[in-house]
Amino acid sequence: MSTFLGLPRHRSSTPEEGPLGPVPHADDPLRWGDPFPVAARRALDDAQMRRNLGHATSTIRDKRASVVGEVPDWEALRDTGSAVKGDVMARLPELLAQLEENVTARGGTVHWARDADEANAIVTRIARERAVDEIVKVKSMATQEIGLNEALAEAGIAAVETDLAELIVQLSEDMPSHILVPAIHRNREEIRRLFLARMEGAPDDLGDAPRELAEAARVHLRRKFLSARMAVSGANFGVADSGTLTVVESEGNGRMCLTLPETLVTVMGIEKVVPTFTDLEVFGQLLPRSSTGERMNPYTSLWTGVTPGDGPQDFHLILLDNGRTRALADDVGRAALHCIRCSACLNVCPVYERVGGHAYGSVYPGPIGAVLTPLLTGAGTEDAPHGDANASLPYASTLCGACFDACPVKIDIPSLLVHLRARDVDSRRERTVPTGWDGAMKAASWVMSDGARLGRAEKGTAALRVLAGRKGYVGTLPPPMSAWTASRDLPAPPRQSFRDWWADEHDGNDGDGAAEENA
Amino acid sequence: MRIALFATCVADAMFPGAPRATVRLLERLGHTVVFPESQACCGQMHVNTGYMDEALPVVRNHVQTFDPVLTGAWDAVVVPSGSCTGSIRHQQAMVARRAGDEDLATRAEAVSARTYELSELLVDVLGVTDVGAYFPHRVTYHPTCHSLRMLRVGDRPEALLRAVEGIDLVDLPQADGCCGFGGTFALKNAPTSSAMLDDKCDAVDSTAADVLVAGDRSCLLHIGGGLSRRGSATTTLHLAEVLASTREHPTPLSDAPRTRTRPVGGSR
Amino acid sequence: MSDARTQILGRAREALGADELDVPVPREYRVTGDLAPGSDDVVDLLVDRLVDYRATVHHATTPTVAETVAALIADARTVVVPTGLDVAWRADWVPEVLEDSREEPLDVATLDAAGAVVTAARVACADTGTILLDGEPDQGRRAITLVPDVHVCVLRADQVVHLLPEAIRMLAPHPARPITWISGPSATSDIELSRVEGVHGPRTLHVVIVR
Repeated sequence: MSTFLGLPRHRSSTPEEGPLGPVPHADDPLRWGDPFPVAARRALDDAQMRRNLGHATSTIRDKRASVVGEVPDWEALRDTGSAVKGDVMARLPELLAQLEENVTARGGTVHWARDADEANAIVTRIARERAVDEIVKVKSMATQEIGLNEALAEAGIAAVETDLAELIVQLSEDMPSHILVPAIHRNREEIRRLFLARMEGAPDDLGDAPRELAEAARVHLRRKFLSARMAVSGANFGVADSGTLTVVESEGNGRMCLTLPETLVTVMGIEKVVPTFTDLEVFGQLLPRSSTGERMNPYTSLWTGVTPGDGPQDFHLILLDNGRTRALADDVGRAALHCIRCSACLNVCPVYERVGGHAYGSVYPGPIGAVLTPLLTGAGTEDAPHGDANASLPYASTLCGACFDACPVKIDIPSLLVHLRARDVDSRRERTVPTGWDGAMKAASWVMSDGARLGRAEKGTAALRVLAGRKGYVGTLPPPMSAWTASRDLPAPPRQSFRDWWADEHDGNDGDGAAEENA
Repeated sequence: MRIALFATCVADAMFPGAPRATVRLLERLGHTVVFPESQACCGQMHVNTGYMDEALPVVRNHVQTFDPVLTGAWDAVVVPSGSCTGSIRHQQAMVARRAGDEDLATRAEAVSARTYELSELLVDVLGVTDVGAYFPHRVTYHPTCHSLRMLRVGDRPEALLRAVEGIDLVDLPQADGCCGFGGTFALKNAPTSSAMLDDKCDAVDSTAADVLVAGDRSCLLHIGGGLSRRGSATTTLHLAEVLASTREHPTPLSDAPRTRTRPVGGSR
Repeated sequence: MSDARTQILGRAREALGADELDVPVPREYRVTGDLAPGSDDVVDLLVDRLVDYRATVHHATTPTVAETVAALIADARTVVVPTGLDVAWRADWVPEVLEDSREEPLDVATLDAAGAVVTAARVACADTGTILLDGEPDQGRRAITLVPDVHVCVLRADQVVHLLPEAIRMLAPHPARPITWISGPSATSDIELSRVEGVHGPRTLHVVIVR
């Protein structure tokens, strides 16, 4: 990570021109762009993106609701999924050692990477040792998170994304905006234009039907699959008791990468381990219904080390930390590591639906991103740079709770958001001069911890009533309340608060007195 | 029953109609309502903005104020707000525990176990869905996020509204979508909040309702502010104000906060 | 500085602290379905799911498997089979048959040029419409059910179970086998989240159910 001099870290936030217009540029896949409020404000101006997102998220919400609704034991499955993940975190060192032992026993090689640079260096070294200058990739959040493609490019190795949406993102030099469908912010017409401009062999008369676009990608990638010598994947699950790795996918690009090349390198976050093979009977039900809204995704591949004569004969597993042990050290926040990357929380989030994924400035957007990114990067702790844009992420939510309801492993995202807000506030207590918010909250605490004080403060609202005048409402207020009146009126406060009315009605007899009378 | 009322700070200061209606309604149903005057706030605003240290005295005051419910001074505590009830139930003990005050945490949990949101109290504790109300207006209902997902009040409020005589209750499209308030979110992320509010106001306007009803005055402050800004003909009332309305003492629409379409004293 | 492995495991232990955390795992979900394996009801459910995925379902009896499959692959010039495929299923096929095994694998170009592949399966899950292959000799290497554009999978009705846990528990004794779960032809939802069948994997999946 670059030297940090104590200035607010505004990453390379100037969007760059891509084939489909300006795209964000990321130096650090977990920290790019502006703080959330600034980035969100910009995103809200992109009417095309809002339409694309609104359409896509409402489609997937309906599909998910219908396939989840038909499972009578859905809640029991969620309870088990949640508990299995809790158990994994509690026994992480033991399970990782067991996974390593089983993968090694079956002919695989296990590597450990403390951070992105270390993981990228391992992949680069494996490629160089085999004189490979082009690799095919299965869509993977872990390799997005470490910026593997960029690191390989620096080493002169081309990484070809083979998942359709990931290919769209790569061709448009864009950043992903969704965990499952990284190009969710693009519509069919934009994708048609992109393929015509950037994809080798796209037919001149290419239409914008998804079927035609998918066919064009099939033709483009097929030669690469059939000749690839090395592939890189992520893993949805790594089974400790058998050493089995799992990739869940739809298009068959995953199977191509996992099956045809001689060498396969899998980069897996250490939290993706599950204790037993039979745990897949739980996650195999939870994940597809929550992510694509299907009863089952078209293809799930399970492999264990090397199978002589079938698939890659040279298999490497890289176990990646990159902030996960830091997240684990937060005994509330560690629940974010339970995430199985289904993206259901994104699809139901009213904030995500309106601002899109790029506003979160991380490859992990949406509600889970708003907790996972700060936890991985240490926002709100001494590990984070001062003025860290990621510190704004826990505030990027109304705490409406739709994400918690949708989460297949029951991550209480609203509570995690509140916890991380507290972590942010507390870290600033020691490090910076108090802000306006700090002062206001302290004053409000004094007023709101005493009925008499609140009663006196209520009389102070007369000023607002003067401002409202005969209209009966306030339409403009000075900063910071101008943020409210930018789009909402404020009604005039009443002449009499409730407590004053009560006192009048009960003639000085307060409720407590009444209670004693009747006791 | 003897019921202690937690009016909530927002309603106490800005929307006294909601707690007054709660008193009127419960007294009409034959219950005694008391207002412990040392009450102030549940602490939700501080908690949700991350100010746990500042939330602690607020929580302590709340627990001390309503502590008598544990010794039988009252049978229950009622709150005309889903989100304040949610905070009492799901956050107060956490705040106390975080500060190392286990005794306060335990008492907070005990008080919260006897604390009910208004529709919960009516349907689950008092066992009524027809409260004998009369409200001859076109009404649409917004289920606030915390009522819906933190408290799981389900269709209790709608069941109560359906039983109101004369009411024309119409469905709100995309009802379960958040209005974008989120407490300080409305200020810290004002443009995003406004985008959500716009969609909610569109949905409300599409119903052509006279009144938008919800169980949370704070969400209504937000949606009502948006409706007023766009000059919508729909006004806002708390669930309690509709349920308190009778033929003899109807809640006039002029009890709703003033808006751009309804001047002072105006009534449609 | 210690090596990465030592340091990561050390950080994890430190993060968890000294307290032993014991997380009980409830397992209240269904592990056995209401529909008996191989029953007409469970087969009907599987067919419903497969059709929903745009797979094509055919019914046969043991004596008619060969002719049913023959009709499906009649247009192919070559057809790939794993060496362990039931020879009775291969009677009277028109295309040239190419055998594949771990010991004598066909090259990728040959697979790519093949008109179809015919395999058996280990087990099928009706609830999710999933066929599970475990790479044994009647199902073959993973590449043969991937590269050819048409996959004909022959499934005995008694291999059909209701729920995923039933299927997984059949595979669990041999977790190290290369396993592929297949639920319909390849598909993508990457453009506006609308599903399109037919991407890199076989674009046509025929399932022949034998009763």
